Order: sequence, then structure tokens, then C-alpha cells
Amino acid sequence: MNVFAIIGRTVLALLTEIGGVARFTWNGVSHIVRPPFFWHLLMQQMMRIGYFSLPVVALTAFFTGGALALQIYYGSTDFNSENVVATIVALGITRELGPVLGGLMVAGRVSAAIAAEMGTMRVTEQIDALSTLSTNPYKYLVVPRIVAAVITVPLLVFVADIIGVMGGYVVGVASLDFNGPVYIKNTVDFLKFDDVMSGLIKAAVFGFVIALMGCYHGFNSKGGAQGVGRATTNAVVSSSILILAANYVMTSLLFAK
Amino acid sequence: MSDAKIEFRGVHKRFGSKVVLDGIDLIVPKGQSMVAMGGSGSGKSVMLKCVLGIIRPEKGEILVDGRNVLSMSASEREETLCKFGMLFQGSALFDSLPVWENVAFGLIQGRNMKRAKAKDIAIDKLAKVGLSAEVGALYPAELSGGMQKRVALARAIAADPEIIFFDEPTTGLDPIMADVINDLIVASVKELGATTLSITHDMASARKIADKIAMIYKGKIIWSGERADIDQSGNEYVDQFIHGRAEGPIRMEVLKP
Repeated sequence: MNVFAIIGRTVLALLTEIGGVARFTWNGVSHIVRPPFFWHLLMQQMMRIGYFSLPVVALTAFFTGGALALQIYYGSTDFNSENVVATIVALGITRELGPVLGGLMVAGRVSAAIAAEMGTMRVTEQIDALSTLSTNPYKYLVVPRIVAAVITVPLLVFVADIIGVMGGYVVGVASLDFNGPVYIKNTVDFLKFDDVMSGLIKAAVFGFVIALMGCYHGFNSKGGAQGVGRATTNAVVSSSILILAANYVMTSLLFAK
Repeated sequence: MSDAKIEFRGVHKRFGSKVVLDGIDLIVPKGQSMVAMGGSGSGKSVMLKCVLGIIRPEKGEILVDGRNVLSMSASEREETLCKFGMLFQGSALFDSLPVWENVAFGLIQGRNMKRAKAKDIAIDKLAKVGLSAEVGALYPAELSGGMQKRVALARAIAADPEIIFFDEPTTGLDPIMADVINDLIVASVKELGATTLSITHDMASARKIADKIAMIYKGKIIWSGERADIDQSGNEYVDQFIHGRAEGPIRMEVLKP
């Protein structure tokens, strides 16, 4: 077994994949600004990606906010600094946990669904059929999903922020004996516009990543049912990893002093 | 040749190390029905997809009305695709749309026709393939294989194309339904005056719908001529194929125990 051949093949495969993603991204993004626009498909995708993801994102945010409040409370009692609970819950949710956990939940739900739907369309030649019917598959399939995700994931995260903070409030007031109005005052006083905004910017990028990975893997799936299954798995794994990597990069850029 | 509607000149295509098209030369005369026959994996479907731009060949020229489609810009290609209709092997109906919208898809999305007018045309085309208006409201998954083929045929002829491709139109159908589809193809093509290129390994279908027949073997056209001449081709490959004999110059890649 030639080790160099294996390394060479792996590097070439990696470069081919990166090139493929870059070309797909360019095709997808360049068609966003070129007519025709399929507005009804955009609305449909906004419903699917945004509205139907609301329950799972809301539940995630609520329990994360509650758990965060408990953790901070238990950690801060040793230093008699329980009054920071509301502030840290608000900052943690809006800056990090809201966008990241929301993004990951949407990635699991939406990226998989996009890859499965588009992968099935690919292996049953429906995407080829679009081309023969004078309809660009990028405009018809990819653009509405990317635009819908970029618009709706920040909206989802904004809702998740509110519900996450509320989760912290409910746990704080109900089981940690915080005074309700004081908890809210601490939240509002220390939370800045930039904290929320940074999370929403992250969410827009995560939305782009989620839809792009779902579309890319679905669009390029081959080999029947097994290929569609592989595309679905790859879409979820790659979008989750890219969300975490992008989160680190954006945190270092947005909060650099 | 001045009456050539489609012309393949030395078209080469390979997938990895497998050569699929090895210098295809073929002329499809205007207004004629050409059938390309050959065994599974001989490159027949790839040939059609190269014309439509779904697959890009490495070498050669494909002329449609004298213009090389391989050197066209994206907009020119989209314009040229308006001349085509295609019936896919697996029908490739959009399962998220009702039957009438499948048929009207190219008119609504590709030609910006009003939905009401496009629906009237779709119902009319469905009637031409023997399906009632009620079928228009159903979804593809609710139809039998034969009905799906008929819908796919209605979609292929919906925009009155100049050129129609039929990719294995009778595969998977019982002999009676296959003959019904063949009759519908002949009637539709005669009414439209279209040029057609069909690929099949069903000899009954080839004899019924072809004006001319070409035999493709190992990526090359090894014989072409009038339908009436197929039985006296003098080509041992063609003889073996049309009589469906296991013995002959065409060796199937079958591993024997």
C-alpha cells in the first residue's frame, strides 16, 4: 500500500469537494440577484424553514435558559454573587447559546429535509426535468431555500432569545426565589443592542450555511436511496461543524477589543 | 447536411476511466423520428443529456439548427432549450405538484404564461394522451406507472416543442400499455411535426415510432439506416440485438459461476 498515493488521493478529494462547494455557492448566490424570482417558493420555504422550526427552537431555548440560570446560580453562590444570574443568562443566550443551539437545531431539522428532498429529486431526474422545462434549478430550488433561511433563522433566534431569557426568569423566580421585577431589571439594564445584534448576524450566517449544505449535498447526491441517505447525513454533519467553526470566527471578529 | 435538426460530431464523454461516448457521429434530420437503440450502459441516455446540457462532453460538437450548443452562453442555451421537450425514463414528474401543474410547468415557469391559460392547455394535452380533466387534480404518486408515462408525455408536448426526446418511453410497462404509449407518441409527433430522438432497447417500440434507427455500441454508432432496413442491416451486432440472442459478437458482462 502506497502511503503517498493515499495521501494524494485524500488531498485531491478534499480539494475537489472544496472546489465543488465554492462553485455551487457562487452559482447559488449569483442567481439571487438575477430574475426571475420565485416569490411564492420563497414564502413557502420561509414557512417550512422558519415557522415550522419554531416549536423545536423555542423548546430548546426555554430549557437552555432554565439550565443556564441554575448553573450560574449554583456556581455564583460560593462568591455571594447571585445577582449576576439574570445578566449572564441574557448575555449567554443572546450572544452564544441562542444562535448556536438554535442554528444546530435548525440544521438537524432543515438541512436534512432539504438534502433529502433535493437528493430524491436528483436521483429521480426531477432536477434534470427542470432544466428541460426552461427552468434554472438554482433559481427554482436553491435560491428560495438560501434566502428563506437567511431571513428566517435570525427571526427564529430572536424569538429563541426572548424565550431563553424567559426560561431563565421562570427558573429564577419559581425555584431560586429571585424577585421577578428585579430579575427583569437586571436583564434589561445590562443587555445591550450589540449583544442581540451580534447573535442575529451569526444566525443569518448559520441560516446561509444550513441551506447551502442541504442544497449542495442534495443537489449532488447519486446512487439511489443510499445516496440520498448519505447526502442527508453529510448535510447535517457538515452544516453543524460549519456552524460551530463560523461561530468561533464571528465571535472573535465581533467581540475583538 | 442542410436538413439536419440535430447533429453529433465526434462527441466524447467518459466517467472516470469508463468511456461512455467514444466519438459519436449522428444526424437527426428535421421532422424525422430517429431511434437510437443499444444495450444498457451503452451511452444512449448520456447522448441525450449532452444535447440538453445536463452532462458536458469532453470533446466534439452538438449542433442544433446548425448552432453548437456546447459553445453557447447560458442565456443562449436557455433559449435553445425552449425548443425541446423530453420524456424521462422514470417520468420525472414533480411529486410536490398536481398533475396539471406538472404538465403546465414549462409554460408557467419557462414562458411566463398565466396559470389559468396554462391550465387550459394542460387539460387539453392530458386529453390528447387519454387522461380526463379530473386526473389533473391528482398528484403523481396517486397514478399508475402507465398513467405517469402519459402525464410525462403530455408534459413533453405541452409547449409544442420543435424537438422531443424520449428516454426509454416504454420501459417498465406491460406490452399493451407500451403499445398505447407508442401510439400516443406517433400521434403526438405527427400532429406537432416535431423532430424526435428516442432511445430504447424495446424493438417493438423502435419499429413503431422510428423513421430511422441507429445502433449504439460501446459509445459508437455502429449502424444507422431506415427503419425498413433494420432486418437486412448486414451488421451482426444489429442482428444479435434485434433478435435478442445471447450468442453473438455482443458479449454481456455476466460473471458465470
